[in-house]
Amino acid sequence: MTAPTTTTTTTASAAAPATATRAKKRKPDRLQIFKDIGNRPFAFTAGFSFLLLFAVWSLLSYTESVNPVFLPTPDKVFVEMFHMLGTSEYWHHIGISVFRVSAGFLLACVIGIPIGIFAGTFKYGEAFVEPPMEFIRYMPAVAFIPLIMVWAGIGEWAKILLIFIGCFFQLVLMVADNTRRVSHDLLQASFTLGAGRWKAIETVLIPAIQPQLMNTLRLILGWAWTYLVVAELVAVNSGLGYAIMKAQRFLNTDQIFVGIIVIGLLGLISDRIFAFLNRRLFPWA
Amino acid sequence: MEAAKRTAEAAPLQDKAGRSVRAVETDKASAQRGEIAISGLSKVYETKKSRFEALRGIDLNVRTNEFVTIVGPSGCGKSTLLRIVAGLDELSEGLVTLDGEEVIGPGAERGMVFQGYTLFPWLTVRENIEYGPKLKGISTLERRAISNHFLKVIKLESFANAYPKQLSGGMKQRVAIARALANRPKVLLMDEPFGALDAQTKLEMQEMLLEVWEKEKTTVLFITHDIDEAVFLSQRVVVMGAGPGRILKTFDVMLPAQRTPEVRELPEFLALKRELGLLLKH
Repeated sequence: MTAPTTTTTTTASAAAPATATRAKKRKPDRLQIFKDIGNRPFAFTAGFSFLLLFAVWSLLSYTESVNPVFLPTPDKVFVEMFHMLGTSEYWHHIGISVFRVSAGFLLACVIGIPIGIFAGTFKYGEAFVEPPMEFIRYMPAVAFIPLIMVWAGIGEWAKILLIFIGCFFQLVLMVADNTRRVSHDLLQASFTLGAGRWKAIETVLIPAIQPQLMNTLRLILGWAWTYLVVAELVAVNSGLGYAIMKAQRFLNTDQIFVGIIVIGLLGLISDRIFAFLNRRLFPWA
Repeated sequence: MEAAKRTAEAAPLQDKAGRSVRAVETDKASAQRGEIAISGLSKVYETKKSRFEALRGIDLNVRTNEFVTIVGPSGCGKSTLLRIVAGLDELSEGLVTLDGEEVIGPGAERGMVFQGYTLFPWLTVRENIEYGPKLKGISTLERRAISNHFLKVIKLESFANAYPKQLSGGMKQRVAIARALANRPKVLLMDEPFGALDAQTKLEMQEMLLEVWEKEKTTVLFITHDIDEAVFLSQRVVVMGAGPGRILKTFDVMLPAQRTPEVRELPEFLALKRELGLLLKH
């Protein structure tokens, strides 16, 4: 759409200079590579994208071109959602799921971040930590489920442990990478100002990685939600994943949709919180 | 004890109550301050397959409070030499001493200003300047006095609470100089600090640096590839050549101590510039 506009502009100005001023007033080419488009167009396009998704869903379901058992109509899903969010039982599911995600994620952070910083700071640390992590990382966390059930039974710890395993190894490697990317010049500057090894870690490395670390945590939290659902598909009687499983048993696709949308919203909210914190905590970045 | 007297003059700081605050740690009876001696220094990068001689047989002495610049083509090892003096790189042979003590590793008594911007982006301008004093354990009140003094020296008082990303390139380097000096180093090592600045800013920075040097009195070893800059700033210009990096010649700069922009028009200035230019052409 934009490409022809540009072409006409050039031909017009080349052919008749008199029209050049008029041609200049044309809208600037917005599809340039990496070009900023401003906040409003961005929000508008994002909203449009959601609307389009919704439109396709409506089209397929209201015309019944897909069996309503497989694809419920939007109104049915939303009515069901308001109904379910009105029950305390569903809020209990949400609560227990949020608890599991937070516990697994925080556990991975508390253990993983220091190890990651250690591995990123010292070459010995890298040699000691990373090769085994790289190895374990490619083992699918889901494949650990039978083992986890043997180790931790089917209680709360089993779910937390699965989320932990899913997050921990990736987190360590990503934090190590964040640490290695800190500008060596900044470190050297601190040395020439009198900082020793540990002071440099404390006053340069750790502050320097923080904004990137927050992004890493955002990503990892997304994975924590994925592993939550996996964890709750097996041998549980509470949580959002369980609610979805139960709905599937009775072919209540609308309830499955509600579960998926609620998890999506929770993920979105936690992601926004991270983005907000990032802006507030690190105004210098 | 002349040094102690000088530093006291240089930083006539007062706290809120009007009492005099000593901004400096006591100069532990160091009669001589900031004398660099480099002798027989060479630097070789060796791998299994190749051997690259970056510096060969460097002998150089920099006197207390002297301003020496090193000029040379890129790749002549001048930055490597400075980094060795800073303790950031290791030498292969030879000896570097500061006031008679061998240099091993980086330290606070050798402050450095880098070519790239190395302010800590998470600290404000003031906090950047106070970084070194804070490491030394100087109290908040005294640190405040030090940063106030240096903010005034670099004329950036109004930017005390700004973050580095809000500063222009020239401002960033001014803060970097202040940060290095706030630590009261015996020598100030500068690795093409104005290399990335535009011509006009560069001239302003040179004048500012000389002003600061007059006031703060430290030994300065300054690397540049700009002949004009070298002659304008220094009392002595060391010319280096490449392949392997070595000192070709040293020139005393016979110009008025007070370097105003008019100095650039003096015949001596132009003659020295021309001579250096010819030497560097080879």
